[in-house]
Amino acid sequence: MTTPTAIEVNCTTGEVTERPLTAEEISQRETDAAAWAEQKAAEEAAAQAAAEAKASAQAKLAALGLTADEIAALSN
Amino acid sequence: MATYIQIGSTVTVGSGGASTIDFTSIPATYTDLVLKISTRQSVSNGSNGYYFDVTYNNTSANRSGRYLLNLDGSVSSSTYTLWGLSDPSDFTATTFSSGELYIPNYASANFKSASMDSTNENNATGIRQILATGLWSDTAAITSVKLTAGGGTFVQYSTASLYGISKS
Repeated sequence: MTTPTAIEVNCTTGEVTERPLTAEEISQRETDAAAWAEQKAAEEAAAQAAAEAKASAQAKLAALGLTADEIAALSN
Repeated sequence: MATYIQIGSTVTVGSGGASTIDFTSIPATYTDLVLKISTRQSVSNGSNGYYFDVTYNNTSANRSGRYLLNLDGSVSSSTYTLWGLSDPSDFTATTFSSGELYIPNYASANFKSASMDSTNENNATGIRQILATGLWSDTAAITSVKLTAGGGTFVQYSTASLYGISKS
């Protein structure tokens, strides 16, 4: 596997360099990726729970005799 | 009147790709900073090829933020640090995302707020648009801004251009 690289622009001198990422930068990148994955998993779980709660509520309303249009009107 | 002045040069990623794009030694001579970003990454949407992280001064500490995300007409909001969109490798060939990061008062001794608007380009579903805000709870002047690919690398022809805004 090739070493990931960084492009660096020195805004004072105008110099552009390309260098390998440091071990610290690679480690930070892995930490950030893990945090992102955790965030996405939590969001997906919350969205799934909300969808399930909505479906359950709609089923209960239907059992009470509301029509699909009436349930949809309540959802808006 | 506000004047845009390019700082450094536009980065155009070469054939080898790059994991990060880093503007360093930013002079404190402007009022605000604007970064124009157009990127694509080497891995798929499922492998986090659709986003990049933003950090200042080589630290990930003291960052917070919130974003509004549109994904195929479904809108959601959540908390996360400042981020932007890239086109992943499984989006339409040779398409790139586009976005703008605005950092007001980047050299002040106050905490630093910022905003990002960003969108994908793709001839199919799965397109995102975001409005993201970020707060860096640090009083140091921002002297570097780094974009880090969420997955894989920024591919050839991805670009980033930094501008200073002078208000006088």
